[in-house]
Amino acid sequence: MALINPKKKEVQAKLVYYGPGRGGKTTNLEYIYGRFKDQIKTQLTTIKTYGDRTLFFDFLPLDVGQVKGYQIRIQMYTVPGQVKYNATRKLVLRGVDGIVFVADSMAVRRQMNMVSLKDLQENLAGINKNIFTIPLVLQYNKRDLADEGIPLLPVQDLQHDLNRQLNAPFFEASATQGLAVVETLKKAVAMTVGSLVKKLQ
Amino acid sequence: MKMDYSVELNETQFGLVESILEQELIQLGVKSVMLIDMAGNILVSLDDGQTHHDEYSLAALAAGNFGAVSAMAKIIGEQDFALLFHKGENDSIHFSRVTEDLLLIAIFGANVSLGFLRLKVAEAIRRVLDVV
Repeated sequence: MALINPKKKEVQAKLVYYGPGRGGKTTNLEYIYGRFKDQIKTQLTTIKTYGDRTLFFDFLPLDVGQVKGYQIRIQMYTVPGQVKYNATRKLVLRGVDGIVFVADSMAVRRQMNMVSLKDLQENLAGINKNIFTIPLVLQYNKRDLADEGIPLLPVQDLQHDLNRQLNAPFFEASATQGLAVVETLKKAVAMTVGSLVKKLQ
Repeated sequence: MKMDYSVELNETQFGLVESILEQELIQLGVKSVMLIDMAGNILVSLDDGQTHHDEYSLAALAAGNFGAVSAMAKIIGEQDFALLFHKGENDSIHFSRVTEDLLLIAIFGANVSLGFLRLKVAEAIRRVLDVV
């Protein structure tokens, strides 16, 4: 749950990028960091293993302006996507306020997307949160790979696999090229902040 | 166990906690002190006026680190390790659990002895618990 500091007139909210391993969560944050470098006073924090995989999390704070006189600071985190790191994902989800689920559009990753979404649902349930009510945006990443002849899942298949019950906003994106990365973030921030507004009254 | 890791304090409570940490730790010579929650949010951050760290990244990493070490404790049959200490050549970090949801972090140099710091941290925690 977001931390509201009435003395400093500041809100810290946590937005977690979730999804299967090698799906582009870290690349989303790297793009955001590059794009908003001038507004971000800190470095992008990453904890990686050999081979550039996220071991623990990436972290990037972003000031997104004021709501009702409170400065809103969004703390963006990624989780390690590999199945074996579930304990770490649970740690990172502590206090989560909003989720971006980064799905991999490659046809060969279809099952991994579904497994990861199920894992998200279970881990949220473990902290008394509901995947159907928490602010959630889906991002279908790697759409650019179609140009390279790599078989991708059609968006309607991704929608059917992942979003037919959730009915969450979704974006077709390419994190490496920066397509729809900012749009995804803006939507997730708007939903997350929207859910906090009542608390600020 | 509270499951959503939320901490809610009012303006007066924030002020009181700040003044306790100022009196007990900053005046002792500690370079910076932070009270954070287990989600990595900062409740209070104070320094000696000369030290400026990337406090948000530090808080995110500290919460993750403490969580990871707590998980290790459970694997070996301990409920928790209530305090952690990392010693550096010049500066060191001391972590101490305040409540299930709150963690106190003190960064200090060679001018402060670890033993005295631990006494003052314990006193600060005792006083903070009266407030939160």
